[in-house]
Amino acid sequence: MLFVLLRLLPGDPANALLGVGATSEQVAAARSQLGSDQPLFAQFLLFLVNLARFDFGASFVSRAPVLGEIANRLSVTLPLTLAGFVLALLLAVPLGIVAAVKADKPFGAMISVVSQLGVAVPVFWVGILLVTLFAVNLRWLPSGNFPLRGWRNWDDALTAMVLPVLTIGLVMGASVLRYVRAATLDVLNSDYIRTARALGSSLPEALRRHGLRNGAVPVVSILGIELASTFLGAVVVERVFNLPGLGSMLLLGIQQRDYPNVQGVLFVSTLMVLLVGFAADIVQRLLDPRLRESVAS
Amino acid sequence: MLHSRKLLFSAAFLVATSLSPLAFAQDFDPDATVNIGSLYEPQNLDNTAGAGQGINEAFNGNVYEALFRLTDDGKVEPVLASDTKVSDDGLTYTFNLREGVSFHSGEPLTSADVKASIERVTAEASKSSRKKSLATITGIETPDDRTVVVKLSQRSISLPYNLSYVWIVNDAAGDITAKEDGTGPYTLSEWRRGSALALERFDKYWGTKPSNEAAVFQYFTDATALSNALLTNAVDIVTSVQSPDALQQFSDNPEFTVSNGASTTKELLAYNDRVAPFDKIEVRKALARAVDKKRLLESIWGSYGQVIGSFVPPTDPWYVDLTNIDPYDPTGAKALLAKAGLANGFEFTLDTPDYDPHPIVAQFLQSELAKINVKVNLNIITANEWYTKIYQKHDFQATLQEHVNHRDIVFYGNPDFYWGYNNPKVVDLIAQSETAASEGEQTEKLKQANQIIAEEAASNWLYLYPQIVVSTTKVSGYPVNGLNAQFFVSGIRKAD
Repeated sequence: MLFVLLRLLPGDPANALLGVGATSEQVAAARSQLGSDQPLFAQFLLFLVNLARFDFGASFVSRAPVLGEIANRLSVTLPLTLAGFVLALLLAVPLGIVAAVKADKPFGAMISVVSQLGVAVPVFWVGILLVTLFAVNLRWLPSGNFPLRGWRNWDDALTAMVLPVLTIGLVMGASVLRYVRAATLDVLNSDYIRTARALGSSLPEALRRHGLRNGAVPVVSILGIELASTFLGAVVVERVFNLPGLGSMLLLGIQQRDYPNVQGVLFVSTLMVLLVGFAADIVQRLLDPRLRESVAS
Repeated sequence: MLHSRKLLFSAAFLVATSLSPLAFAQDFDPDATVNIGSLYEPQNLDNTAGAGQGINEAFNGNVYEALFRLTDDGKVEPVLASDTKVSDDGLTYTFNLREGVSFHSGEPLTSADVKASIERVTAEASKSSRKKSLATITGIETPDDRTVVVKLSQRSISLPYNLSYVWIVNDAAGDITAKEDGTGPYTLSEWRRGSALALERFDKYWGTKPSNEAAVFQYFTDATALSNALLTNAVDIVTSVQSPDALQQFSDNPEFTVSNGASTTKELLAYNDRVAPFDKIEVRKALARAVDKKRLLESIWGSYGQVIGSFVPPTDPWYVDLTNIDPYDPTGAKALLAKAGLANGFEFTLDTPDYDPHPIVAQFLQSELAKINVKVNLNIITANEWYTKIYQKHDFQATLQEHVNHRDIVFYGNPDFYWGYNNPKVVDLIAQSETAASEGEQTEKLKQANQIIAEEAASNWLYLYPQIVVSTTKVSGYPVNGLNAQFFVSGIRKAD
């Protein structure tokens, strides 16, 4: 599907290599060199054979091996997404539970309003606000710009990641918080919590012993989706903070009709999404014995 | 008395030393790293392999040198060629190579390297934009290590200019898409795709030692992110500001210097001169007169940029101010349309690339041309579609495009070019200009050609982009014109 959809886009990869002034002979030579002059079916067969060997080939434009470039870019996108995810969890879980427990108090309502605001504001806007405040005005942190030597300059790399991670963490956290709050509210109104309270447990104890595990099941499935969409959507944050991640590689590849790069990035992204979904399923089964039993039966 | 003489002498000595070049030299840090922000990331490191304009910016004159170079003020001067002899018939050029030049790998520069370097550009697989310009070369001989003889099929007055685009590469270097071996004042120290490219001073450089130790080109895809990097001192210089909105914050701030240099990038409304009604000169002239170009330029770039009357920018030797040929005159435009039999106006489709500034320009044109009853239908297309539909298939009525190169009036001498302008007299003049015996003759021929294309309004040249370089006040000595996207870093000084 990836293969066909890419080739349905108007344009020719040879064009990306040749500017205005190129002769038709140069265009023909470039097509021949790239293999884009071959019949589509022949190109597809070659694509399948190479894919089976986990060989994505080399970029049409840079000539660099696609897999090496993806690994290089993942060293930015993966820590960015995972750190943002962890921050989102650290913010969303306690605040979501507090928002549910204090639902009828001003503090609980305030958390709900702020989280709603966080969901409504686009991620790039949060990024720009953070850059303006912490980088341009206060000069506390850099406005992104990952170091040339990457993680070998780990201190510069870490400081370059602070604002992008904060951006992802805040936006994802706001969204997850709403799910945690809703799941906690369901738990609070459940019969088993009422029974536990009637048997003498305090609310925190009843929540810890019976509520958290039950409430976590629906939240984990949402977390899987959030993590996958943040991984795919990191392109926006990478652009605002000028980070050389997978998203910018994909965007440039599409602009240049660099099929090997685009196919490689989409394949790896799809793989990551499937892995995240698989991990979420496992965690759900660990949390909920009923799911394990339904599989067993 | 003796004491006061001594004092006077000491004072004079102090004044003299403080004004000496040595004292000036101490105003900057010779071991500084200059951080340069750019929007033009090279796609690979070989300018014959479709690397894009970013590679010229980073490598021309910095990592690689040529026999000649185009200086920042548009002059062609020798670099690796110490001496050039041209035969009386203009068909044989003999270049003597500079002594004592070595590549970064340590191997000495020889005539065989020069021959191989020229042949890289003219090779079948080459994607160089200069390939066609060097097609007159019929053979290259290397009688000894220091001499290169280039034979031509016909005179080519622009040969030294065209050779300024030919990097001299070590013949033994092999594939240079991910490495380099040039003779320039810098070597490539590190390159991270999508991020940055670092150059380091080459201590065995044959010429003047660079004023800094290293230069790092940091690449951005977003103009706002680039501005933020300058504001936060993550970069010292921005090579070419492409967003006029970003300028205000720097022009009002004493910590920054805004340089308004000469550009070679022209924004034009290109008609397909092969098709009606644009095959009529009156129609093209009418549209040229119907657009208030000064207002268009001001609305996009404020006080920056320049209105031009033809395709030739002021840095080309054959520039003449032709803005008065078709001045803004909507009444005159209507009269010209009536003369062409289109008194009630007409309608056409304007294929508009989807990136800035073209969509804004297209809307401005739509509003201006409506005033003379010409309806413009906008068709927004991607850069790739533009290339296929317009450049290759010539399937269009009119389009917008920016043309970046220096000395590119020669495109009007090619009737097969996408805009299809075909005046045999212009074709002849442009061909004759290339076979001219002197630069004076070449300039005269191209001035004549320029006058004709302007009088026939071959296209509608809307304005010349500004070339704006913004830096912190800590740095100086950088090129402000950036012709053909070159950015020489050797002379950049960074204060302590």
